Parts: sequence; C-alpha cells; structure tokens
Amino acid sequence: MFTNPFAGLTEIMPAITPGIMQAFVVLMALLVVVGTILDTLHKKSAEWFYEYTDKMSERATRPLGSNEKMNLAIQTVASEVLTSSEFHNPKRRIAHLLKMYGFVIFALSSAVLIFFYSGEKSAGFWAFLWRLGAIMLAVGSWWFFTKLRVNVQSEGDPWYTIDMPRDMFIVSLMGVSTFGLLWCISQNIIGSAFLAGLFFVLFVLSAILLFGGVYWSKFAHMFFKPFAAYQKRVFMADGSREKLPPFYKRSEVLQESTMDLVRDIPANQKMGLCIRKDDPSHY
Amino acid sequence: MPTFVYMTRCDGCGYCVDICPSDIMHIDKKYRRAYNIEPDMCWECYSCVKACPTHAIDVRGYADFVPLGHGVRVHRDEEEGIISWRITFRGGRVKDLVAPITTKPWGQFIPDLKREAPPSKEMRESQLLYNEPKYIRLDDGDLYTLKSQGLKMKAGVYY
Repeated sequence: MFTNPFAGLTEIMPAITPGIMQAFVVLMALLVVVGTILDTLHKKSAEWFYEYTDKMSERATRPLGSNEKMNLAIQTVASEVLTSSEFHNPKRRIAHLLKMYGFVIFALSSAVLIFFYSGEKSAGFWAFLWRLGAIMLAVGSWWFFTKLRVNVQSEGDPWYTIDMPRDMFIVSLMGVSTFGLLWCISQNIIGSAFLAGLFFVLFVLSAILLFGGVYWSKFAHMFFKPFAAYQKRVFMADGSREKLPPFYKRSEVLQESTMDLVRDIPANQKMGLCIRKDDPSHY
Repeated sequence: MPTFVYMTRCDGCGYCVDICPSDIMHIDKKYRRAYNIEPDMCWECYSCVKACPTHAIDVRGYADFVPLGHGVRVHRDEEEGIISWRITFRGGRVKDLVAPITTKPWGQFIPDLKREAPPSKEMRESQLLYNEPKYIRLDDGDLYTLKSQGLKMKAGVYY
C-alpha cells in the first residue's frame, strides 16, 4: 500500500546508494551530538543546572529516596514530556505536541526505512508511519510559523517574515517535513523524476540545516527541558521549593489568621479568576 | 532590583508581557521565553512576578546581599483568593506570610453610579473627591484622622 520512498530514490538518483544514505544518517546524528555539546558549553547550561541544584539542595528539608526520585522522573515523563503540560496556551501546546510526536515518528521511521528496509519497496507499517510523522510535523510547524510565532501573532509582522537564525529551527522543521512529502508525492504519485530530484535535494538541505544548525538554533531544548522539569519537581518534593512559599488552601489558613479580612471571607467563597480570566493576547 | 526570568521555568505564555506597566517584559523571538528588555526601567512592582503561572520570574536583589542568598518569592492563587510570600533572609531565616487577595470576584460589585444621588453643595465645596470616603472605605463611616484615632504627629521616623 505505502511504499518505501528511500527505495525508489536509487532509481532516480543511482549515485545515492543505501550505504550513502546510512552514512548520511550517522553523520546527522553525530552533528546533533557535537552541536548539543557545543551549545551546552557555550550557554553553560549544564554548569548552571549543577550550581542551581547544589544551591537548592542546601535548603532541602528532607532527603528524597531513590524510589521517590524514580516516581518524580516517571511523573515528569508522563506529564511534561509526553503531554507538554508546561504550556498554558492550548494552541501552543497542541502545535508543540504535533511537532514533537511528528518529529519523533518521522525521524525514527526514516532511520528504520534506511537501515532495515534498504532497497525494499514494501516497508509495511514503517512506510505509513513515515508519512504520518511528516504530515504531523508539517501541520504543527506550519501552524506555528504562520500563526503562533510571537512576532506574527502579537507584533503584526506578516506571516512570511523569516528572521534568521532565530527562525532556523522552525524553518528547518517545515522544510524537512514539507519537502519530504513533496518528494514522496512527486516520486510515487506524479512520477516526475525532475520534481522528485528537486524536492529531494531541498529535503536534504533542510535536514542539514536542522541537524547541523543545533549550535545556532533551539534544537537542544529537547534534551534539557525534560531535565529542567524533573529538577523542578525534585525541588518541590525535597522542601527547598526554589524559595517559594507553600501553596496554601484558604480553608487551611482562614481560622488561624489574625486578619479580620481573611476570617470574614466565607470558606466556600470562590474568588474567580482575575489576571488569568483573559488569555494573554495584548502583547 | 529588576526582574529576571528563569528560562528553564518560563513557558512563554505572555501574562507578564500583558501586565507589565512599563511594557518592558517581552517574548524572545528565538527561545519563545519572556525576558526583561530594559532592567533599568523596572520599578519592581512585582506585577509580573505575581502574574507568572510558572513562578519563572524573580527579582534580583541588591549586590551587597545577593551572594548571601536572600529571596522574596510569591505565589498568587486566584481561585483560593490568597497570596502567600516567602521572605528568605540573608542568614537563611525564613518568614512565610499569607494574605487575602482583596480584589472582589471578577465582574461583580460594579458601582451603579447613575442611581447615585448627585453631590450636595457641601460635597462640591469640600476637598474630597465625589464619593471618595465611601468608595475607599466601602462603608459610610467617617474618615480616619489622627485626631479620631487618638494619634499625634511626631518628628522623626518611627516603626
């Protein structure tokens, strides 16, 4: 039903053998590793994380056991990582989920098709996943690019404004997914070798921009954001709380309060939203 | 003491941008996180600190006691109607404070001014603004004065 796009490529471009494709994937993976290390060194993010952890651990009121830490890690994965729960704006959250799951499915299925189905046109479920990942990634990234970017949504810039290197990450995601799909359509449906070759070249250039530009783009956030979310949960659990006060319930503090104003408020009185009644859309 | 943003905590929601009276909280176009574009113009009103749903904004203290680890952090819970503070002193002592949010439920208690009686001649000639005592104190009592409270003005600074 769905064919392996990488298998048909050798017919259009005989020079691109499965070995070259596999070498390209390995090179891209190495570029991500090197780019992430350079980005970490440049921004000193690892240094900050360790220093901040040390500083907060001095304020911890109770030690956490390994089981508790494991539970917190599982909660972080289930909430912040898998559902992007840190986003308060539902549109950004949905767009982020589309991009994240689309990218993971697309990258994983590409690697499987290149390494395990090289030369085989019939790749079963993995060929379907490759298309699904590309479509999800394209929808999420185009939605973000045209509607949700802060300078487009709030500062009135036209949607086609591209500000490099700030937009490098989103532009490369759009390029990889869109040109990948166009290459697949040109090769398998239209049957045009010229168009397929053109879109494949643009697809490869987008991939080089995406994986080779880690140092300049925000690609590395996918590695340190989960750690930051886990760190926050640990601080809340060990009592250091990042110096934040306890999150009281009104029923807990009403009767003990020395302020008439607090005692006079009925316990079941809901105050309603104030600042958060309106979505932030005026900036 | 300008505000600054913990980039690992901010989700770029924009509440701080909306509420900042100086319009100096902006969203970074690359990282999509908030930052203070002009720290010199920040008057430490704490509006953004209170509005931030992820507690990502803090206020940088004066240089002489920052290294000693002070902290003034706040959690504003609109549903519960309370605001709580944790003051961490230089020596590590911690003071927790809880207070009600004194705003009323949103959209209620809108004064129906067209039904109010017009100001009398006496009110017009007084130094007070129209309805000032009533709407400041939310009752019909008289103004608090030093005399009515049995207080006297004294020279110097007293706490």
